[in-house]
Amino acid sequence: MIKVKNNSPATGDNIKIIDEIVRRHNIHRGAAIPILQEIQTTFGFVPPEAITRISDLTGIAESELYSIATFYAQFRLEPVGKNIICVCHGTACHLAGAEKVTEALQHATGARPGGTSPDGLFTLEKVACLGCCSLAPVMTVNGETVAKVTPEKARAVVKSLREAAQKNKTAKGGRP
Amino acid sequence: MGTGQYKVKVGLATCGVAAGGQKTYEKLRQLLSGLGIDPEKTGCMGMCYCEPLVEVITPEGKSYVYGSVDEKEAEKIVREHIQGHRPVKELLVLSPEEETEHSPYMEKQHRVLLGFLGKVNPESIDSYLSAGGYEAVKKAVGTMTPEEVIAEIEIAGLRGRGGAGFPTHLKWKFTREAPGEQKYLVCNADEGDPGAFMDRSILESNPHGVVEGMIIAGYAIGATQGYVYCRAEYPLAIKNLRKAIAEAREHGYLGEKICGSGFNFNIQIREGAGAFVCGEETALLMSMEGKRGMPRFRPPYPAQKGLFGLPTCINNVETLANVPCIISRGGKSYSSLGTENSKGTKVFALAGKIKRGGLVEIPMGMTINEIVFDIGGGISTGKKFKAVQTGGPSGGCIPAELGDTPVDYDSLQAIGAIMGSGGMLIMDEETCMVDVARFFLSFTCDESCGKCTFCRAGTKKMLEILDKITEGRGEESDIDLLVELGEQIKAGSLCGLGQTAPNPVLTTIKYFRDEYLAHVRDKRCPAKICKALIRYVILPDACVGCGVCRRNCPVNAISGAPKEPHVIDQEICIRCGLCQAGCRFDAIVVETGLPEADTDKKR
Repeated sequence: MIKVKNNSPATGDNIKIIDEIVRRHNIHRGAAIPILQEIQTTFGFVPPEAITRISDLTGIAESELYSIATFYAQFRLEPVGKNIICVCHGTACHLAGAEKVTEALQHATGARPGGTSPDGLFTLEKVACLGCCSLAPVMTVNGETVAKVTPEKARAVVKSLREAAQKNKTAKGGRP
Repeated sequence: MGTGQYKVKVGLATCGVAAGGQKTYEKLRQLLSGLGIDPEKTGCMGMCYCEPLVEVITPEGKSYVYGSVDEKEAEKIVREHIQGHRPVKELLVLSPEEETEHSPYMEKQHRVLLGFLGKVNPESIDSYLSAGGYEAVKKAVGTMTPEEVIAEIEIAGLRGRGGAGFPTHLKWKFTREAPGEQKYLVCNADEGDPGAFMDRSILESNPHGVVEGMIIAGYAIGATQGYVYCRAEYPLAIKNLRKAIAEAREHGYLGEKICGSGFNFNIQIREGAGAFVCGEETALLMSMEGKRGMPRFRPPYPAQKGLFGLPTCINNVETLANVPCIISRGGKSYSSLGTENSKGTKVFALAGKIKRGGLVEIPMGMTINEIVFDIGGGISTGKKFKAVQTGGPSGGCIPAELGDTPVDYDSLQAIGAIMGSGGMLIMDEETCMVDVARFFLSFTCDESCGKCTFCRAGTKKMLEILDKITEGRGEESDIDLLVELGEQIKAGSLCGLGQTAPNPVLTTIKYFRDEYLAHVRDKRCPAKICKALIRYVILPDACVGCGVCRRNCPVNAISGAPKEPHVIDQEICIRCGLCQAGCRFDAIVVETGLPEADTDKKR
C-alpha cells in the first residue's frame, strides 16, 4: 500500500499523461469508458486522483465516473500485484474443475480471488469465459494463456514465479 | 527439389496459441527457412481439441492436417513429409488418402461460414480476396439497390444468430424506413455466454468476412457509420479486426464512394469493459454512450431510437458473417439448407465432456445426438451422456433422452431450451445438475445490472436456496419455491437477462428432479460434486503410506506414519481434492450420502 503513494499518478509527468489520454478520446461522444480503459492500461488500475482529473477535464461528474468504474468488471480501483493470474470460470472450465484450480492458487499465493497477496506478488482473479473451452480449465498468467491446468500445474506456476521474484530481489542487492 | 512448392499453415487463433502454437510456428519457421518456405499463420480450423494444428499442402494441392503438433513433432513433419515426401501417418488428423478417426468431425459438418476459418490468413486482405472476398460487396453496392439486398436476405430466411432469432431482414427494413439522415450499424461482438466462442473465432480467423457483412448491412439500412462492440477479453480478435478495417480502407471497401458508388461507410471498434448484460442490445447502446450498461425500456426500439437517439441496427457477428455468403450465392441457395422456419447453418461451440470439442457448423435441423456422437465422437470420459446445455446462462439443460430433438429455433424452444448464441455444453454422469444450475444462476446473479427488482433480488434469493440445497440443508418445499420464483423473475424483468436467467434452474428441475430430491431428501450428491455432501476417504488396503497426500493437504487434515495407511480427519478437511489429485495409488475415493454405518443404524 505504501508503494502506491510513491507511484501516485497525479503528480508531474503523470498528470500530462492523463491529460493526453483524455484529450485523445474526448473528441468522441461517450468517451468515458475508453478514457478509463486507457488509464487502467497505463497505470495498471484507475487511481482516485485520475478520476478527479478526468472529471475536471471532461465535466463528467466524479460520481458518474465512479458509477461507471464500479459497474464494469474490468476496472480496478486498487493497484495490482506483480503477477496477475486470472482463472477462467466459464462453464466448460467449471465442469473441468476450475474451482479446484482457484482454490489451489489461493493457498499457493495467499491471495483471495479478486484480491492481492500480502507480499504484493500475486493478484488472483476469477474471470468469465475466456473462450478456450476445449482446453479447459484455462488460466492466464500475466496475459499468457495456460491450457488444461491442474491444481498441481497451478502450484508449479506460482512456485516458479515466486522463485523468479526472489532471484530478481537478490540480483538487485536485496532491496525490495 | 520441389520442396519450395509445399505450403505450411499453422492455426494461431487463441486456442492454438493457448495450446502452444506459437512455439510450433517459430520452430517451423526456423526449420523451413532453409528450404525457402515461409509458414503461414491462419486462424481456427475448429478442431480445438487437437491444437496446435499444422496443415501441409503438397505441390499437387493435397491437404494434410496434423494435430497436437509440438516442436518435436514439427521437426518430424518437416523431415519426413516436406523433405522426405512421406506423410507422418501417426500424427495425421485429416488425410486426403484415407479416413482417420477424426474425419467424421469435418465430414458431417456443413461449413459455409467456417470454410474460411483456417484457410485464409486473417492478417492479409490479399488472402481473403483470393478466396473470393469482397465480391459480395461489389455485387451488392455495385449492382443492387438497398431494397434488393434486404429482399435477398428475406429470401434467405436469415434469423439473428445472437440467440433470439429475430428475422434479420425485418431489423434492416425497420432501420431503413426509420426517418433520419444519420443511422448507425452496430456489430454485437460482446460474446458473454460462458462456453461460447464462435464469434471470437470468426473475428480472429476471418475478420474480413465480418467487415464485408457490415458494409453490406450498412448499405442496406442506409448507415454511414458502423461500430463493433467487442469484449475486451478478446485481444486477438480486436487486433485482427483493427488490421482488417485498415486494410479494407486502403483497398477502398471502406471510406468514401465505396466501389465507385455514392455510398460512404466507416467502422470503429469499441471495447466492452466486462459486463455480461451489455450483450443485450439496449444495454450495449448505453455502454457505447459511455454510461453504465443498464437496459432501456423498449419501445422505442433501437431501429427508431438507438445510439445517441438515432436509428440503429444491431446485429450479431455470426449474422453479419452470413451476409456475404448469402449475397454471393443467392438467398435461395442459402435457404435450401435448414428447416422450414430455421434456414441455413448454425455454428456451435462444442465443449464440456466431449471427445472432439471445437467449433462446428451444422445445417439447422440436425439432431443433438448426431452432433454429440457423429461429430463430437461421444463422451470424453467414457461415462454415459447425461445432458446437453444450450444457450448458456439463458438456456436450458436438455436430457440425453431428448437427443433426437432437431436443433432449430422452434424445436429447442418447445422443450424449454433455446438455440442461444451457440454454446453447446456436453455433460456426463459425473456432472451434478444442481451444481450446474447453481453455477449459471450465480453467474446471472452477479451480472444482473440491478435495475429490475425481480432480477436483482429474485436471482439472489434463488441462489440462496440453491446454496442451501447443495450444502445439504434443503427441504422438499424449496424445489417448488424455486419454480415459483423462477416464473416470477421471468415475468417481472425488463430485458433478456432476467427473462431467461431462471431457465437453467427450471429445466434441470423439470428433467432432473430426482437429483434435486437426492440432495434434499437423502443429503446425497449422486455425481459427487457438491462439497458439503461428499467426503474424501483413504482406502487402507490401497494406501502405501507414501505421505504425498499428507504433504499436499493445505489444511493438515491428513495424518499417518510413513508406510502406514493414512487417515483424513473429516472435521478439518475442506474437500479441495488435492490429496486425490496427487495420489498415484488410487487410494483416495469420494463418498456421498450418510456414511454406511449411519445408514445401517437408521434401518
